[in-house]
Amino acid sequence: MAHPTTHGQGGAHGEHSHPGVKQYVTIAAILTIITALEVAVFYIPALASALLYILLALSAGKFALVVMYYMHLKHDSKIFSGVFFAPMSLAVGVVIAMVILFKVIPLI
Amino acid sequence: MDHAAAAPAPHHETATGLDTFKLGFWTFIGSETLFFGSLIATYMVYKGQSVRGPYPSDVFDIPLTSISTFVLLMSSLMMVLALAAVQRGDRKGTLTWLLATAGFGAIFLGFQSYEFTHFYHEGLTLGTNLFGSSFFVLTGFHGAHVTIGVIWLMALWVQALRGKLGQADAVKVEVAGLYWHFVDIVWIVIFTLVYLLE
Repeated sequence: MAHPTTHGQGGAHGEHSHPGVKQYVTIAAILTIITALEVAVFYIPALASALLYILLALSAGKFALVVMYYMHLKHDSKIFSGVFFAPMSLAVGVVIAMVILFKVIPLI
Repeated sequence: MDHAAAAPAPHHETATGLDTFKLGFWTFIGSETLFFGSLIATYMVYKGQSVRGPYPSDVFDIPLTSISTFVLLMSSLMMVLALAAVQRGDRKGTLTWLLATAGFGAIFLGFQSYEFTHFYHEGLTLGTNLFGSSFFVLTGFHGAHVTIGVIWLMALWVQALRGKLGQADAVKVEVAGLYWHFVDIVWIVIFTLVYLLE
Protein backbone atom coordinates (compact mmCIF):
# COMPACT_ATOMS: atom_id res chain seq x y z
CA MET A 1 0.00 0.00 0.00
CA ALA A 2 1.66 3.16 -1.12
CA HIS A 3 -0.90 5.70 -0.02
CA PRO A 4 -0.82 7.48 3.29
CA THR A 5 -2.81 5.61 5.89
CA THR A 6 -5.48 7.29 7.92
CA HIS A 7 -4.87 7.71 11.60
CA GLY A 8 -6.08 5.04 13.96
CA GLN A 9 -9.71 5.42 14.86
CA GLY A 10 -8.66 6.22 18.37
CA GLY A 11 -7.21 9.43 17.00
CA ALA A 12 -8.63 12.88 17.39
CA HIS A 13 -8.63 16.34 15.87
CA GLY A 14 -5.25 17.80 14.98
CA GLU A 15 -3.81 14.38 14.13
CA HIS A 16 -3.41 13.85 10.44
CA SER A 17 -2.74 11.00 8.04
CA HIS A 18 0.48 9.03 8.46
CA PRO A 19 2.96 8.05 5.74
CA GLY A 20 2.29 4.87 3.76
CA VAL A 21 4.25 1.61 3.68
CA LYS A 22 6.29 2.69 0.64
CA GLN A 23 7.46 5.83 2.42
CA TYR A 24 8.29 3.85 5.57
CA VAL A 25 10.50 1.48 3.54
CA THR A 26 12.18 4.42 1.76
CA ILE A 27 13.00 6.01 5.13
CA ALA A 28 14.46 2.68 6.33
CA ALA A 29 16.68 2.52 3.24
CA ILE A 30 17.91 6.09 3.85
CA LEU A 31 18.60 5.27 7.52
CA THR A 32 20.63 2.23 6.45
CA ILE A 33 22.66 4.28 3.97
CA ILE A 34 23.39 6.97 6.58
CA THR A 35 24.49 4.32 9.10
CA ALA A 36 26.81 2.79 6.49
CA LEU A 37 28.21 6.28 5.79
CA GLU A 38 28.82 6.85 9.50
CA VAL A 39 30.82 3.64 9.78
CA ALA A 40 32.70 4.37 6.54
CA VAL A 41 33.65 7.88 7.71
CA PHE A 42 34.91 6.38 10.99
CA TYR A 43 37.45 4.28 9.06
CA ILE A 44 38.76 7.05 6.76
CA PRO A 45 41.85 8.62 8.41
CA ALA A 46 41.77 11.63 6.08
CA LEU A 47 38.44 12.68 7.62
CA ALA A 48 39.64 12.40 11.21
CA SER A 49 39.81 16.18 11.74
CA ALA A 50 36.21 16.65 10.62
CA LEU A 51 34.91 13.38 12.11
CA LEU A 52 33.03 15.07 14.96
CA TYR A 53 31.05 17.40 12.70
CA ILE A 54 30.36 14.81 10.00
CA LEU A 55 29.13 12.22 12.50
CA LEU A 56 27.00 14.73 14.40
CA ALA A 57 25.38 15.87 11.13
CA LEU A 58 24.68 12.30 9.99
CA SER A 59 23.35 11.33 13.40
CA ALA A 60 21.09 14.41 13.49
CA GLY A 61 19.75 13.43 10.07
CA LYS A 62 18.85 9.93 11.27
CA PHE A 63 17.30 11.32 14.43
CA ALA A 64 15.16 13.77 12.44
CA LEU A 65 13.96 11.10 9.99
CA VAL A 66 12.82 8.75 12.76
CA VAL A 67 11.13 11.51 14.76
CA MET A 68 9.43 13.14 11.78
CA TYR A 69 8.27 10.07 9.86
CA TYR A 70 8.26 7.03 12.16
CA MET A 71 7.04 8.99 15.20
CA HIS A 72 4.79 11.03 12.88
CA LEU A 73 5.67 14.46 14.28
CA LYS A 74 5.72 15.84 10.73
CA HIS A 75 2.07 14.89 10.32
CA ASP A 76 0.68 15.06 13.87
CA SER A 77 -0.37 18.02 15.99
CA LYS A 78 2.27 20.63 16.81
CA ILE A 79 1.39 20.17 20.49
CA PHE A 80 3.07 16.74 20.40
CA SER A 81 6.15 18.38 18.87
CA GLY A 82 6.14 20.96 21.65
CA VAL A 83 5.96 18.48 24.53
CA PHE A 84 8.82 16.52 22.96
CA PHE A 85 11.17 19.22 21.67
CA ALA A 86 10.94 21.54 24.72
CA PRO A 87 12.48 19.04 27.20
CA MET A 88 14.74 17.66 24.48
CA SER A 89 16.18 21.14 23.90
CA LEU A 90 16.83 21.39 27.62
CA ALA A 91 18.55 17.97 27.60
CA VAL A 92 20.72 18.94 24.61
CA GLY A 93 21.54 22.22 26.35
CA VAL A 94 22.64 20.35 29.48
CA VAL A 95 24.90 18.04 27.44
CA ILE A 96 26.47 20.97 25.55
CA ALA A 97 26.96 22.97 28.75
CA MET A 98 28.63 20.04 30.52
CA VAL A 99 30.86 19.31 27.53
CA ILE A 100 32.02 22.94 27.42
CA LEU A 101 32.35 23.29 31.20
CA PHE A 102 34.52 20.19 31.49
CA LYS A 103 36.37 21.03 28.26
CA VAL A 104 35.66 17.66 26.64
CA ILE A 105 35.61 19.73 23.46
CA PRO A 106 37.73 22.83 24.16
CA LEU A 107 35.86 25.72 22.56
CA ILE A 108 37.39 28.54 24.62
CA MET B 1 -17.61 -11.04 18.17
CA ASP B 2 -14.39 -10.54 16.24
CA HIS B 3 -12.91 -7.48 17.85
CA ALA B 4 -10.83 -6.69 14.76
CA ALA B 5 -14.02 -6.22 12.81
CA ALA B 6 -15.73 -4.19 15.52
CA ALA B 7 -16.84 -0.64 14.86
CA PRO B 8 -14.34 2.05 15.83
CA ALA B 9 -14.57 3.28 19.40
CA PRO B 10 -16.53 6.51 19.73
CA HIS B 11 -14.32 9.58 19.78
CA HIS B 12 -14.25 11.46 23.07
CA GLU B 13 -13.82 15.21 22.85
CA THR B 14 -10.90 16.66 24.79
CA ALA B 15 -9.90 20.25 25.55
CA THR B 16 -6.91 19.99 23.20
CA GLY B 17 -8.72 17.94 20.59
CA LEU B 18 -5.98 15.34 20.96
CA ASP B 19 -5.96 11.80 22.23
CA THR B 20 -5.04 12.15 25.92
CA PHE B 21 -3.24 8.77 26.01
CA LYS B 22 -0.96 9.88 23.20
CA LEU B 23 -0.43 13.36 24.63
CA GLY B 24 0.42 11.90 28.05
CA PHE B 25 2.85 9.49 26.46
CA TRP B 26 4.58 12.21 24.49
CA THR B 27 5.02 14.07 27.78
CA PHE B 28 6.57 10.94 29.29
CA ILE B 29 8.94 10.67 26.30
CA GLY B 30 9.88 14.32 26.85
CA SER B 31 10.87 13.46 30.43
CA GLU B 32 12.84 10.49 29.15
CA THR B 33 14.95 12.78 26.97
CA LEU B 34 16.06 14.55 30.16
CA PHE B 35 16.86 11.22 31.80
CA PHE B 36 19.02 10.02 28.92
CA GLY B 37 20.41 13.52 28.44
CA SER B 38 21.83 13.44 31.96
CA LEU B 39 23.35 9.99 31.41
CA ILE B 40 24.90 11.06 28.10
CA ALA B 41 26.23 14.27 29.68
CA THR B 42 27.82 12.19 32.46
CA TYR B 43 29.45 9.87 29.92
CA MET B 44 30.78 12.82 27.94
CA VAL B 45 32.21 14.52 31.04
CA TYR B 46 34.02 11.34 32.10
CA LYS B 47 35.20 10.67 28.54
CA GLY B 48 38.99 10.25 28.51
CA GLN B 49 39.25 10.72 32.29
CA SER B 50 39.95 7.07 33.20
CA VAL B 51 43.37 6.67 34.80
CA ARG B 52 43.57 2.96 33.97
CA GLY B 53 42.23 0.65 31.28
CA PRO B 54 40.59 -0.98 29.58
CA TYR B 55 39.83 2.08 27.46
CA PRO B 56 37.12 2.31 24.78
CA SER B 57 39.58 1.64 21.95
CA ASP B 58 40.65 -1.59 23.73
CA VAL B 59 37.20 -3.12 23.87
CA PHE B 60 34.88 -1.62 21.25
CA ASP B 61 34.06 -3.72 18.20
CA ILE B 62 32.60 -1.20 15.74
CA PRO B 63 31.58 -3.71 13.02
CA LEU B 64 29.62 -5.74 15.58
CA THR B 65 27.92 -2.68 17.07
CA SER B 66 27.13 -1.42 13.55
CA ILE B 67 25.23 -4.65 12.89
CA SER B 68 23.27 -4.34 16.14
CA THR B 69 22.50 -0.70 15.25
CA PHE B 70 21.19 -1.84 11.86
CA VAL B 71 19.02 -4.48 13.60
CA LEU B 72 17.47 -1.84 15.88
CA LEU B 73 16.85 0.52 12.94
CA MET B 74 15.10 -2.25 11.02
CA SER B 75 12.98 -3.05 14.06
CA SER B 76 11.66 0.52 13.81
CA LEU B 77 10.61 -0.16 10.22
CA MET B 78 8.77 -3.29 11.37
CA MET B 79 7.08 -1.29 14.12
CA VAL B 80 5.59 1.21 11.67
CA LEU B 81 4.53 -1.67 9.41
CA ALA B 82 2.73 -3.20 12.42
CA LEU B 83 0.98 0.14 13.00
CA ALA B 84 -0.02 0.41 9.34
CA ALA B 85 -1.37 -3.16 9.50
CA VAL B 86 -3.48 -2.60 12.61
CA GLN B 87 -4.82 0.68 11.19
CA ARG B 88 -6.14 -1.10 8.10
CA GLY B 89 -7.52 -4.01 10.16
CA ASP B 90 -4.99 -6.54 8.84
CA ARG B 91 -4.77 -9.02 11.74
CA LYS B 92 -2.21 -11.29 10.07
CA GLY B 93 0.02 -8.34 9.23
CA THR B 94 -0.30 -6.98 12.76
CA LEU B 95 0.74 -10.34 14.24
CA THR B 96 3.64 -10.74 11.83
CA TRP B 97 5.14 -7.28 12.24
CA LEU B 98 4.66 -7.07 16.01
CA LEU B 99 6.45 -10.40 16.40
CA ALA B 100 9.19 -9.32 13.99
CA THR B 101 9.73 -6.06 15.90
CA ALA B 102 9.96 -7.88 19.23
CA GLY B 103 12.24 -10.48 17.64
CA PHE B 104 14.64 -7.86 16.29
CA GLY B 105 14.58 -6.15 19.69
CA ALA B 106 15.53 -9.48 21.28
CA ILE B 107 18.38 -9.90 18.76
CA PHE B 108 19.65 -6.42 19.69
CA LEU B 109 19.59 -7.46 23.35
CA GLY B 110 21.53 -10.59 22.42
CA PHE B 111 24.22 -8.41 20.83
CA GLN B 112 24.32 -6.24 23.93
CA SER B 113 24.59 -9.27 26.25
CA TYR B 114 27.46 -10.59 24.14
CA GLU B 115 29.17 -7.20 24.23
CA PHE B 116 28.81 -6.84 28.01
CA THR B 117 30.12 -10.37 28.56
CA HIS B 118 33.06 -9.72 26.24
CA PHE B 119 33.89 -6.47 28.05
CA TYR B 120 33.73 -8.28 31.40
CA HIS B 121 36.22 -10.87 30.17
CA GLU B 122 38.45 -8.01 28.97
CA GLY B 123 38.48 -6.73 32.55
CA LEU B 124 35.95 -3.91 32.20
CA THR B 125 33.28 -3.83 34.89
CA LEU B 126 31.04 -1.19 36.45
CA GLY B 127 33.74 -0.45 39.03
CA THR B 128 36.90 -0.71 36.92
CA ASN B 129 37.19 2.93 35.87
CA LEU B 130 35.13 5.99 34.93
CA PHE B 131 34.62 4.67 31.41
CA GLY B 132 33.22 1.37 32.74
CA SER B 133 30.89 3.10 35.20
CA SER B 134 29.45 5.64 32.77
CA PHE B 135 29.33 3.22 29.82
CA PHE B 136 27.52 0.39 31.62
CA VAL B 137 25.04 2.75 33.30
CA LEU B 138 24.16 4.49 30.02
CA THR B 139 23.93 1.44 27.77
CA GLY B 140 22.49 -0.69 30.59
CA PHE B 141 19.56 1.70 31.05
CA HIS B 142 19.06 1.75 27.29
CA GLY B 143 19.05 -2.07 27.26
CA ALA B 144 16.50 -2.07 30.09
CA HIS B 145 14.26 0.18 27.99
CA VAL B 146 14.59 -2.20 25.02
CA THR B 147 13.68 -5.11 27.31
CA ILE B 148 10.53 -3.31 28.50
CA GLY B 149 9.70 -2.56 24.85
CA VAL B 150 10.03 -6.24 23.86
CA ILE B 151 7.74 -7.28 26.74
CA TRP B 152 5.22 -4.58 25.76
CA LEU B 153 5.24 -5.69 22.10
CA MET B 154 4.77 -9.33 23.08
CA ALA B 155 1.81 -8.33 25.28
CA LEU B 156 0.26 -6.57 22.27
CA TRP B 157 1.01 -9.62 20.11
CA VAL B 158 -0.85 -11.87 22.56
CA GLN B 159 -3.78 -9.42 22.50
CA ALA B 160 -3.78 -9.51 18.69
CA LEU B 161 -3.55 -13.31 18.72
CA ARG B 162 -6.63 -13.48 20.93
CA GLY B 163 -8.50 -11.16 18.58
CA LYS B 164 -8.53 -8.28 21.05
CA LEU B 165 -6.44 -5.80 19.06
CA GLY B 166 -8.43 -4.40 16.19
CA GLN B 167 -8.58 -1.15 14.26
CA ALA B 168 -10.29 0.54 17.18
CA ASP B 169 -7.20 -0.17 19.31
CA ALA B 170 -4.69 1.24 16.83
CA VAL B 171 -3.68 3.95 19.29
CA LYS B 172 -2.32 1.23 21.63
CA VAL B 173 0.07 0.08 18.92
CA GLU B 174 0.88 3.68 17.99
CA VAL B 175 1.90 4.53 21.57
CA ALA B 176 3.97 1.34 21.89
CA GLY B 177 5.56 2.41 18.60
CA LEU B 178 6.39 5.86 19.99
CA TYR B 179 8.21 4.18 22.87
CA TRP B 180 10.03 1.84 20.51
CA HIS B 181 11.15 4.63 18.17
CA PHE B 182 12.29 6.70 21.14
CA VAL B 183 14.52 3.79 22.23
CA ASP B 184 15.81 3.75 18.65
CA ILE B 185 16.68 7.47 18.56
CA VAL B 186 18.46 7.20 21.91
CA TRP B 187 20.60 4.46 20.37
CA ILE B 188 21.28 6.62 17.31
CA VAL B 189 22.81 9.20 19.67
CA ILE B 190 24.68 6.59 21.77
CA PHE B 191 26.14 4.92 18.69
CA THR B 192 27.59 8.22 17.50
CA LEU B 193 28.73 9.80 20.77
CA VAL B 194 29.91 6.67 22.59
CA TYR B 195 31.12 4.29 19.89
CA LEU B 196 32.11 6.30 16.82
CA LEU B 197 33.52 9.31 18.69
CA GLU B 198 35.50 7.13 21.08
